[in-house]
Amino acid sequence: MSILTYIFGWPLLAALVLVFVPRNYRVIIRAIAVLATLASAILAVKMFCQFVPGTNGFQFEQQIPWVDSLGISYHVGVDGLNVGLILMGAIVIFAAACCSWEIQTREKEFYILLLIMGGGILGAFASLDMFFFYFLHELALIPTFIMIGVWGRGDRKNYATFQITIYLSIGALLALIGLIALYLQSGANTFDIPVIIEHAKTNPLAANVQNIIFPLLLFGFGILVSLWPFHSWAPLGYGSAPSPTAMIHAGILKKFGLYGLIRIALPLMPQAAHGWMNCIAWLCLGNILYVGWVAMRQRDLNLLIGNSSVAHMGFIFLGIASLNLIGITGAVFIMVAHGFLAALTFALSGYIYQKTGTLQMSELGGLCRKLRFIGTALVMAALAGCGLPGFANFVGEVTVFFGSWAMFPVVTVLAVWGGLVIGGIYMTRAVRKILHGPLPEKYVNVGDATNPWRKLPYALLLVSLFVFGCFPKLLTDQIEPDANKVVSMVNAGYASSADAGPAHPSTIVMQNPKFEARN
Amino acid sequence: MYTSLMTLEIWVITLGIVLMLADFFFCVTPERKKFLVAIAIAALGVMFVGLLGNDTPTGVAFNGAFVEDPMAIFFKRFFVLAAILVLFLAMEFSGKLAGIAEYYSLVIFALAGMLFAASANDFAMLFVSIELITVTFYVLVSFQRAKLLSLEAGVKYLIIGALSSAFMVFGIALIWGTTGTMNFSELAQVSPQFIDNKIFLTGVLFLLAGLGFKIAAVPFQIWAPDVYQGAPTPTTAFLAVGSKAAGFVLVLRVLFTAVPAITAHWTDFLIVISALTILYGNLCALPQRNLKRLLGYSSISHAGYLLLGIAAVSATGQSAVMYYLAGYLFTVVGAFTVITLVMQHLDSEDISGLAGLNQRSPLLATTMTLSMASLAGVPPLAGFFGKFLLLKAVIQQGFATSNHGYYCLTFVALIGVAISFYYYFGVIRAIYWSKDARDLSPIPLSGGATFLALLCIGGMLWIGIFPNTVLNLADAAANALK
Repeated sequence: MSILTYIFGWPLLAALVLVFVPRNYRVIIRAIAVLATLASAILAVKMFCQFVPGTNGFQFEQQIPWVDSLGISYHVGVDGLNVGLILMGAIVIFAAACCSWEIQTREKEFYILLLIMGGGILGAFASLDMFFFYFLHELALIPTFIMIGVWGRGDRKNYATFQITIYLSIGALLALIGLIALYLQSGANTFDIPVIIEHAKTNPLAANVQNIIFPLLLFGFGILVSLWPFHSWAPLGYGSAPSPTAMIHAGILKKFGLYGLIRIALPLMPQAAHGWMNCIAWLCLGNILYVGWVAMRQRDLNLLIGNSSVAHMGFIFLGIASLNLIGITGAVFIMVAHGFLAALTFALSGYIYQKTGTLQMSELGGLCRKLRFIGTALVMAALAGCGLPGFANFVGEVTVFFGSWAMFPVVTVLAVWGGLVIGGIYMTRAVRKILHGPLPEKYVNVGDATNPWRKLPYALLLVSLFVFGCFPKLLTDQIEPDANKVVSMVNAGYASSADAGPAHPSTIVMQNPKFEARN
Repeated sequence: MYTSLMTLEIWVITLGIVLMLADFFFCVTPERKKFLVAIAIAALGVMFVGLLGNDTPTGVAFNGAFVEDPMAIFFKRFFVLAAILVLFLAMEFSGKLAGIAEYYSLVIFALAGMLFAASANDFAMLFVSIELITVTFYVLVSFQRAKLLSLEAGVKYLIIGALSSAFMVFGIALIWGTTGTMNFSELAQVSPQFIDNKIFLTGVLFLLAGLGFKIAAVPFQIWAPDVYQGAPTPTTAFLAVGSKAAGFVLVLRVLFTAVPAITAHWTDFLIVISALTILYGNLCALPQRNLKRLLGYSSISHAGYLLLGIAAVSATGQSAVMYYLAGYLFTVVGAFTVITLVMQHLDSEDISGLAGLNQRSPLLATTMTLSMASLAGVPPLAGFFGKFLLLKAVIQQGFATSNHGYYCLTFVALIGVAISFYYYFGVIRAIYWSKDARDLSPIPLSGGATFLALLCIGGMLWIGIFPNTVLNLADAAANALK
């Protein structure tokens, strides 16, 4: 058995065990959930340390046939693209399980759903089979809807539940149709991603087929990632969700679509990818500028964080759109960094909501006097969010900007402006309103997280941000060789089609020297 | 030789007659009636186990009117299992049914009709088996004769059923009049010559109209919600799985064995019917508050999903239809089991009656949740892999024929599935987070009910997580259809 199977198997197994635990054994239920996620986090760290960057193929592989007639098999493995994501995912899920003390009703169902969600998404990231990739993500997605509906907060909870359900279902189904079409057109008669990619090296997909499938995957995954203008589910959904759910969804599930684009769409459909990249680059400005601007206008902390997390997706899309080694490495780096950051901010806002009963920034103030630890952590998270050096987000964003400068100078300038100025404005404003100023009378008795056990999840996420921010080589060394494979496939596929008959001669002349210079 | 092929049918009919006779001599107390149905279930169980072996003889009988091939065997297993589940359900429901032993024997007779339908290879056999099913269902639907809704449902079903039979007979007459044959295999050889014959085509169209009533496809769906709502719950369950599957086995036989040449010309027509059925069923289900009525509309939408596989006109499509039906059996019976047990003491089957079910009976709440999730197509349940196979078949055919209708159909199906999430989750919502729970007393579960609920949960999960067995059987059945 591969270590990957254990990483996502422990949470799923624990979910099954919890079904048989009586609901009044609250301590035991919580202990099982925390221990299972801790086990998977420790295994993920071990796997990350054992990972050897730059080897050919995948590591910790395991393959078991499932449906032979369709070529579906249970196939897991890691390379540089998903090793960091699995590490991030396992740590965030452990933190989310620790933060779940705020759930006081129907704990048993909550922990079961939380574990299914966590196990499912880790499995999706580990899967090298398109069917299981989709299947396990869908398994993780459905609990989100139920958790928002049952344990969510706010007056617009029901509306938010149904909006997010229908929106994300349509996105997932579009992606499913794209994946089925890819399976049928690849000619390899298998759902196994490495086999399809190998097969495509000798038998590339025809350009017209690529132009049908790529948009399906782009917009299907795009809806799941909240690509502008399909983002409207995200702020409200996160604003209404209980904080552990928001942590896992914003931190991990959202990266699924981006990972899918990099893992499946780019290497297999190079020509279509080149054709769509301009469009993506401009759409991502919608995320960075428009949604950033919306975030500035928010009065509710959770809606602000939700919008800012949508805005951050723009940087990742920009990295993907640049289609070069630096850009894609940066995109994967932000995916990991933003996972820690989003989880941290939602966890902190959940704590504040728990203690004060509101997240309206006008009603809060001066909380740093009472919440020394939480307040400090929130300041750090806010600074990380606007890209302060020393935190992992800075590394990723700067890398993306270096990568995209070669392709889209105008977009990059606007994005830098959006990231630094707009991000700076809304984050520091939130810090000022919530943590500084006079402390309202009703909050004098608000208590800080004093118990080390309570501090653990926040500390863990902050430390992770610091570690990857100060030692980015830990991650970039692992991402780079495999990002390079993706980039070379995209450009080789594009170049070969250009030899056969250039579709857009002018762009090729402009772009090719730059790729060589970068690589 | 004929009798060896028809052993199962003969035993089933004998069982039905024995049950009916035993009612006269034996059933004086309700306990004895329960004992009687237990015997019936056991007998069917033995037949089901007998069917599972690979040594079931195959061949044709009665001048090719009766065929026993892998598809017939697949559907016979399906029908016997469905009847077993429905009898369990009826045992739980028995408090509300007067003259209960007749009810059981009628279920068995309907089962016999379905078994013949699975083997029908001739229009006379098709008509006789359809009538055997439909006439018994007239009685089964209106069995609660003291209840107005049940009678209304019975009358509606009778009138529309009679109309559809008339269409079907007229169609068969036109087909026989033009081609001179009733046998599917012979028809397959001559039908290409009649491809421009308007009378022959009208005949096929009328026949499909008659079958369309059975599967509740648009525009013949109008009876389904009323009848589903009014009929006793076990009947509704049997109608939803047994009668629908019988319709589909006949549609498969007629379209792909009898008139394949015409089916190939009518793909656009099938695409439109499938798309309309999916949209109608899902859109009308949205505002429903009555659970059985909601499942009636949901059953229309599922007829639409199943028609995706028919419209694909390929072996993968046909095997997807059979796989989907297998998962649908456990899913629907699971849902109706919960309705039977929770709603039988309430006046109406309003969704609010489910409020607080997770506190009243966790097992039933789990069953209902999984059933709704499987109907919506959530992994790892049977409905997800079924929908995946159906969509795959449609997209595959779209690429193979470059008919843009298939792409449109795929998107209609996608919209339909997304809409359906809304109302299926509405049911789950009522179970777990509705605030106006009036009655929180625990629901007593008999051993049979517990077994039935566990069986349905197990079936949904097994077919969803280990699809190989059923999928291989369905593939073999689809290949035999050629």
